[in-house]
Amino acid sequence: MVATGGPLSALASTSAVPTRKPLSRQQSIALVFACTLLGAAGQVLIKFGANALTRSHPWAMLTNVPLLTGYTLYGLMTLLFVYALRDEELSFVYPIISLTYVWVTALSVWFFHDTVNTFKALGVAAIVAGVFVLGKDARK
Amino acid sequence: MTTPLRSMLLMLVASFIGSFGAVFLKAGAGRVHAGLAGIRSMIFNIRLILGVGLFLLSSYFFVLGVKHGELSVLYPLVSLSYIWALLWSRLFFKEPFTKNKLAGLALILVGIAFIGMGSRVGAAPPRPASAVVQPSR
Repeated sequence: MVATGGPLSALASTSAVPTRKPLSRQQSIALVFACTLLGAAGQVLIKFGANALTRSHPWAMLTNVPLLTGYTLYGLMTLLFVYALRDEELSFVYPIISLTYVWVTALSVWFFHDTVNTFKALGVAAIVAGVFVLGKDARK
Repeated sequence: MTTPLRSMLLMLVASFIGSFGAVFLKAGAGRVHAGLAGIRSMIFNIRLILGVGLFLLSSYFFVLGVKHGELSVLYPLVSLSYIWALLWSRLFFKEPFTKNKLAGLALILVGIAFIGMGSRVGAAPPRPASAVVQPSR
C-alpha cells in the first residue's frame, strides 16, 4: 500500500505490519460456506474425472481435465479457508466445513444417481456431529 | 449400485498417507521464519516438501478410490483422516486427548459404520481387457 499524505500517515507508517481490515464474523461465515460449496463441486469433478480414467497411471490423471479442475477448486478452497482462518477461531469454522459431507451426498444423488437410505443419512449426520464436537477443542 | 471393498480400502490408504502429509506440514511450518527469509525457509524445507509429496501421493490413491462405486459411500470415508490426525497429534506433537476429541472421534466412527451399513458392498470391477495378460500360443 502506498502511504498518502495526511495527518494519520505518519502514525500508520510506524507500524511495520501493513494494517488490514479484519473480516466481520458474517463475512468469515460466508467465506467458509463458499469453501464447502467449492469443496463439494471439486469432489464431484474429481469423481467425473476418475470415472473417465481408463488407466491408473499418474500421467493419465495429470491430463484429465475434470480431475485437474476439481483439484484446482480444492486449491482455491484451501486458500479461502486459510484467509478465513486469519480472523476466526478454527473451532468456530470447523463445524461449518463439515457441511461439505452433506453437499457431496446430495450432489452424488443428483449427478451419479446414488441412492440415499436411512443408514447413509444417519451416517452423514453422525460424521457432521462428530466434526462439530471435535472442533470444539480446536485451536486457532 | 454397489461399492467395491477395494475402493473403500483405497480411501483408507489415501487418508492414512494424507495424514502423514499433514504431520510433515505441521513439523515444517514450525521452522518457517517470518518476513522475507520466510519464503526461503519454506522452499528449502525438507519437511514441507515431504508433506506436499505425501499429499500428492495420497491424491493418487484418492482418485483410484473414488473411481468405482458410490461417491455417497466413498466420500464420507475422508473423515477417517480426522482419526489419524488425532492419533498423530498426540504421538508426535504431544497434544492431549480431550473428552470432546474422543466424543467426536466416536461419532465419526459411528457415522462411518452407518454408511457402511447403508451401502451395498460389491465385487471389484473386472480389469480391462488390455490389462489381462494374453496366454502365448
